[in-house]
Amino acid sequence: MAKHPVQFRLNGSDRATFVDGAENLLNTLRRGLGDFAPKYGCGQGTCGVCTVLVDGEPHLSCLTLAVACEGRHVETASGMADGPDFHPLQAAFMDHFAAQCGFCTPGMLTAARALLAKNPNPTRDEVVEAISGNICRCTGYEPIIAAILAAAGSSGARRA
Amino acid sequence: MLEMRKDLFADERDDNLNEVGKGSQRQDMPGHVTARTRFFDDHAFDGLLHLKVVRSPHAHARIRSIDIAAAARAPGVKRVLRGADVPVNKNTLLSLINFGKDDEPTLAVSKVCYKGEPVVAIIADTEAQAHAARKLVRVEYEPLKPVFDVEEALKPGAPVVNETYPGNYFEYHERFDHQKLRFGDVDAAFARADQVVEARYQMSPIEHAPTETNGTIAAPEHNDRYVVHSCAQGLFFSLGTTAKILNLESNRLHFIGGTVGGGFGGKVDSLTEPLAVLGAMLTGRPVRYVLDREEEMLTGSPRGAERIYVKDGVMRDGRIVARHIRSYFDAGAYTRLSSYAAIKCTAHIPGPYSIPNVSSDVYVAYTNRCPSTAMRGFGVTAVDFAIEVHMDRVAEAVNMDPMELRILNAYRDGDMKAHRRVAKNTALIECVQVAAEKAGWPLSDTARRQTSVASGGAGERGQIPATVIDQRGQIGRPDTRTGGPTQTLPAGTTRIALSKEPVMEGARDGRAAPTQVPRYEPAPRHEPARAQPPAYAPQPAPPAPSYQPASPPPAPPAPAPSPAHTQHGAVRFSSVFGTRRR
Ligand code: FES
Ligand code: FES
Repeated sequence: MAKHPVQFRLNGSDRATFVDGAENLLNTLRRGLGDFAPKYGCGQGTCGVCTVLVDGEPHLSCLTLAVACEGRHVETASGMADGPDFHPLQAAFMDHFAAQCGFCTPGMLTAARALLAKNPNPTRDEVVEAISGNICRCTGYEPIIAAILAAAGSSGARRA
Repeated sequence: MLEMRKDLFADERDDNLNEVGKGSQRQDMPGHVTARTRFFDDHAFDGLLHLKVVRSPHAHARIRSIDIAAAARAPGVKRVLRGADVPVNKNTLLSLINFGKDDEPTLAVSKVCYKGEPVVAIIADTEAQAHAARKLVRVEYEPLKPVFDVEEALKPGAPVVNETYPGNYFEYHERFDHQKLRFGDVDAAFARADQVVEARYQMSPIEHAPTETNGTIAAPEHNDRYVVHSCAQGLFFSLGTTAKILNLESNRLHFIGGTVGGGFGGKVDSLTEPLAVLGAMLTGRPVRYVLDREEEMLTGSPRGAERIYVKDGVMRDGRIVARHIRSYFDAGAYTRLSSYAAIKCTAHIPGPYSIPNVSSDVYVAYTNRCPSTAMRGFGVTAVDFAIEVHMDRVAEAVNMDPMELRILNAYRDGDMKAHRRVAKNTALIECVQVAAEKAGWPLSDTARRQTSVASGGAGERGQIPATVIDQRGQIGRPDTRTGGPTQTLPAGTTRIALSKEPVMEGARDGRAAPTQVPRYEPAPRHEPARAQPPAYAPQPAPPAPSYQPASPPPAPPAPAPSPAHTQHGAVRFSSVFGTRRR
């Protein structure tokens, strides 16, 4: 099958690879570029563990064609920390025990990051709405909601 | 929020706790929030192949033929596997501790016993190619009558689900058709109870639905080993299972894991490890076998559904004087861990209550459903649900507050439990009191004054009652299942633990394997003989020799060649063998 070249900015670096026409962004990031932050949970757009940002908007990478990301900015949870320093959301997730198995965490952080970028002081309902596409089977969501609200309240949240 | 109630049981511990009650950071948390945590699928391999299985569309069918020729020629296909390619194509998980018979193939050969059972595995360059080749496999089936109901499955003439267990029940120690508990005389107690409350509880199978589906990547390593990135919850359990199925020395398997994307019990079955490693062995390439979400939901083993009948004898004042539980654990088509679940269930009966007469019969039944497995307290959770809903029913029947009813019947330190252990560190009363307080639920002064540490073990509460048993002191043998009780063990009699000086009996019932004979010993001498409370010993005790061999019966002539009688070999897994944890 003929491969298509695709080039985009991934967490601030220019990256390029070849993909099949029907290849989704999830597989391209994981198997093509070695960024394992987005996970496979369903491949059908129902669980949110594959959430990434494309030009700042949350996207389900399992339902996004890799070729559609040509020339755009793709961000994953791998790029959230500022060097050795945790992003305020990461620190809040740690403080609030907002991860158990950790499998939903990269997608959850990414959805939260998109929310805070647009709305630095969300209400609880807005937080719930923002992560409503992300399934967590471990925590029962409450610690995650508390962590996002805490991160929003902390001074560095606007950096997102 | 965590609240420490140090006022409760203050004298039972030193109050010098350094960690409990304080927050401390988990060591895996930084990895989780930075996405550096590596789950099994987060490993890059050059030349990675993908494995997909062809599954049975039938719940029960004989396999007439399997034609893989077209699939093997399909683009990108490297190898197609059938049952004959699996070195040891029959296994049962607990065989690693010599418990139960091998009953489940990795790839079905002659028949399929549930919808979704793996029949053929395809290994190809890409997932898409493996999916496409799946459609080219031709399997000819002859549908058989399925059975989906646990009680139907145990009826004579029901379709045989699992040919290893033709009675459709798991055989404990090769001869017992269920787990049985006898303590006191429930029938006599039902007869004199003011009310008998009876109900049926039906649980549903539950899929664990972990966010990470089951999967494995296996690859040839240097030194003739295979590296295995596994989702397994029990990494060494999976290693042992894989080594057995592939007939490999376990030191040729290098398992890496422990980072599980949600398991809840659904990742103890080694659903993917053996085929992934076999694929790596046969192709010499890294092989990735990951269940997609649909496979995970439909064929990943669920919590087994139980059907539970609870029958309580109650006095007008709310005292429960008898409890009988009959339960059927739906194993699905193969044993996996259901045999263990029924033991846990039996060990939990009658719940945290002091009830002087208890009996239970817990069956593991095979049906043409997806095999069930471990899930969060399996075996206990369901019977607890049934018991607690039943407690509410009993409260209603005697017109009593449900919290008060629980406090009245709660076990206390020193009480004799139905499985003949003295209750220790009990705390149900305090839990109910705190729950009532939090919920603003009014309790009577009497209920508020109760405590777990006082009045337990008083009088008959601390005694083993006279107990009705089946023929030969055995319980639950298939051939005596319908026979009435034949003997009564006098009060205070305890069973001699199986692992102590086993007495083996040889060929019986047409079976060659010798089996340990259950034996009992009377109450220890130093205990003052207590008058039998008439409530618990309606029948006079028979003389000792009728239930206890005077001298050990002759040992079996020679150990049979069959490896069947090993149940006392592994004391570590105490709840399986009924031996006491030390
Ligand atoms: S894997 Fe993309 S939504 Fe589930
Ligand atoms: S922490 Fe396990 S799924 Fe969310």
